[in-house]
Amino acid sequence: MPGLKTAWKEYLEESMLPHMWCPGCGNGIALGALTRALAELKLPRHKVVVVTGIGCWGKADDYLSTNALHGTHGRALAFATGVKAARPELTVVVLMGDGDGATIGGNHLIHAARRNIDLTAVVVNNYNYGMTGGQVSATTPAGAITSTTRYGNPERDFDLCRLVEAAGANYVARGTVYHVPQLDRLIRDGIAKKGFSFIEVVSPCPTHFGRRNRLGPAVQMMKLLKERAVHVGSAAAKGGELPEGSFFIGKLAERDDPDFNTSYEKMRKKALAKGTESS
Amino acid sequence: MNEPANGSKIKDKNESTVGRGSKETRRLFLQGNEAIAEGAVAAGARFYAGYPITPSSEIAEVCSEKLLEAGGVYIQMEDELGSIAAVIGASLTGVKAFTATSGPGFSLMQENLGVAILGEVPCVVVNVQRSGPSTGLATRPAQADVMQARWGRHGDQHLIVLSPATVQECFELTVTAFNLAERFRVPVVLLADEIVAHMRENVALPDPAQIKIVNRKKPTCPPEEYLPFKPDPDGVPPLADFGSAYVFHVTSSMHGERGYSQNDPANAQAKIRRLFTKLENHLDEILLVKHHYNREEELDLLIVAFGCTVRPARAAALRAFGRKVGVLQLITLWPFPDALVAQAAARARALLVPELNMGQVGREVERVVGKAKPVFGLPKSNGEGFTPGEISARIEEVFACLG
Amino acid sequence: MCQIKIDPKRCKHCGICIAFCPQEVFGADCRGAPVVERAEKCTACGLCVMRCPDFALEVGEKGK
Ligand SMILES: Cc1ncc(C[n+]2csc(CCOP(=O)(O)OP(=O)(O)O)c2C)c(N)n1
Ligand code: SF4
Ligand code: SF4
Repeated sequence: MPGLKTAWKEYLEESMLPHMWCPGCGNGIALGALTRALAELKLPRHKVVVVTGIGCWGKADDYLSTNALHGTHGRALAFATGVKAARPELTVVVLMGDGDGATIGGNHLIHAARRNIDLTAVVVNNYNYGMTGGQVSATTPAGAITSTTRYGNPERDFDLCRLVEAAGANYVARGTVYHVPQLDRLIRDGIAKKGFSFIEVVSPCPTHFGRRNRLGPAVQMMKLLKERAVHVGSAAAKGGELPEGSFFIGKLAERDDPDFNTSYEKMRKKALAKGTESS
Repeated sequence: MNEPANGSKIKDKNESTVGRGSKETRRLFLQGNEAIAEGAVAAGARFYAGYPITPSSEIAEVCSEKLLEAGGVYIQMEDELGSIAAVIGASLTGVKAFTATSGPGFSLMQENLGVAILGEVPCVVVNVQRSGPSTGLATRPAQADVMQARWGRHGDQHLIVLSPATVQECFELTVTAFNLAERFRVPVVLLADEIVAHMRENVALPDPAQIKIVNRKKPTCPPEEYLPFKPDPDGVPPLADFGSAYVFHVTSSMHGERGYSQNDPANAQAKIRRLFTKLENHLDEILLVKHHYNREEELDLLIVAFGCTVRPARAAALRAFGRKVGVLQLITLWPFPDALVAQAAARARALLVPELNMGQVGREVERVVGKAKPVFGLPKSNGEGFTPGEISARIEEVFACLG
Repeated sequence: MCQIKIDPKRCKHCGICIAFCPQEVFGADCRGAPVVERAEKCTACGLCVMRCPDFALEVGEKGK
């Protein structure tokens, strides 16, 4: 599809490029995937609101030509909930780092999923706090070295997809910045799906996580993604146990529970009927 | 009395001219919190996001019914950080949005209130003050969030704070709060207190058609020329709605007129300065006080009071036989009404500031009056309101001291 | 033959296009910047465009 290759021309604010991200950082790849998903769905810029948190990935709004609201660390989903609850017809996409979306913002994440509000959260999981220098996050693997776990991370990490699925989201998927055509589809399907959609984008931070854990340069880390990601439904996945360090990618959960706005509309209809009765 | 050109009108001596004499005026026996909810609906608010906390919860409860009946949205968020965030998101879609809370929740809202200030997002936050610090004498009255309301966030910023003293004012000032928020693209804090919020009084709810409502300025330029942070000559930029033909960015980062983040120091200085001047250049529209005395006369003592302290202060003033004691009620607490306090102070021998905190407004009054007049305080922070007798006793002490 | 454009103002020399082009179209200069060495082999699959983190690549249609 020739148009999609350059979808960024429609949705990117090219005057802001080159962007701030480090050489080889997957954030730019994830951003490209988002623009292609928006283009495939033919969403006009003025009907899209991108809400971002604080962090490297949270800076993505600076490079977008859609509507955008850049809030505070951890609160992006709450800002987005206000936008969507007030204006259900808008497409609201929420971009958060793992720290932003799942560590400081974990409470909003589980409640957005529980409410099943029709937002699409794209969490770039880079295994650490990139923006502030590579500190430990709730997604840093146990034992990994970060700037605040010099002897290894004593804590366990979250499996974000399982967390969000358990909390009630309608769509849960994981992709990587190596598997781009698939990532485009996952984000596209997440946006198209009614209810809360969650896409985890695995994209280890080369500058901090990669360097500290001796994973090699960005290209080497991309190769690791290629090796370690297992497609759900593939022959390898059917073998059962995943080898240490491997993870599933693809659509991990999907259901059709009613979304917040639909349920809300029912209550409001009752209230409006009463409101007109009494006046 | 200073009356805002755009607000609901509040007259001396609790006299309301809003819809006065109109057949449509509804007279109700309401609690302060209920009156705030009624005021919000009357002002056009159609979105509430909040988290329950005494003594503010009745506002949420009433809104969960009335806002839906008016076709709006009520949502109980997972916490107060999320509540104010949702209010900001909703407001940017063009809906008048608000939240209500008390001390602990107000503390949690501070960071995102900063987003609303820098992002110039109109919204209203009701803080029904309760005693602190921390859980303190939870649910007991206090007026100790005056400074937090003004300075609770990091960074340089300005906002508007109004304080009601009666249930009628709870209604009217809620309307004013929305009007000022929309007029100046700024968050407005309605700083109520447990006593005013839980007190029940007769209120006159005017015919909605008689209430002056202000809506935010929308852009009129072609969409591709819209700059969401380019001020009009009055210092206030027009604000579009998300979803309209105008595509725009709002960010908590320092930004230029386009709303994209920008690090240029000159731009940052100009932006911060404008956050101040857009309010300071329009004080005539913002500052509200009531003089509960004859302004022609010289006073022996001017009591400066706000919120729940106004009523006992006025009772004490009436009891000060043989001495002329007047009460200056501060409605706008921030920006602090410097000039109005100074003018009133000029015609008084001394000033007294009773307040349910350790002297937050007293210090402001001292700053304004300087060495020109003695300023006496009456701080109280034990979780109880003032009785007129307590203030009378202090008045006697003040006169003994003045000789 | 495809037109492959590299925007040197955006390219940060990460090497991803060089490493992952299925046709090994790119080589590197002495600073690690990609150079188109075998344009005739390009199939216009678009993978390099999609994987470029810096929006520095454009690939025209096959035969254009
Ligand atoms: C309330 C608050 N606490 C801390 C910070 C500092 N801070 C900025 S970004 C960040 C973490 C970024 O990590 P993540 O969310 O994973 O995003 P990344 O930078 O890795 O993309 C932190 C701790 C902040 N801005 N606000
Ligand atoms: S610090 Fe890490 S996450 Fe941030 S831009 Fe650099 S590589 Fe990307
Ligand atoms: S389009 Fe495909 S074949 Fe052509 S240079 Fe890019 S990755 Fe290689």
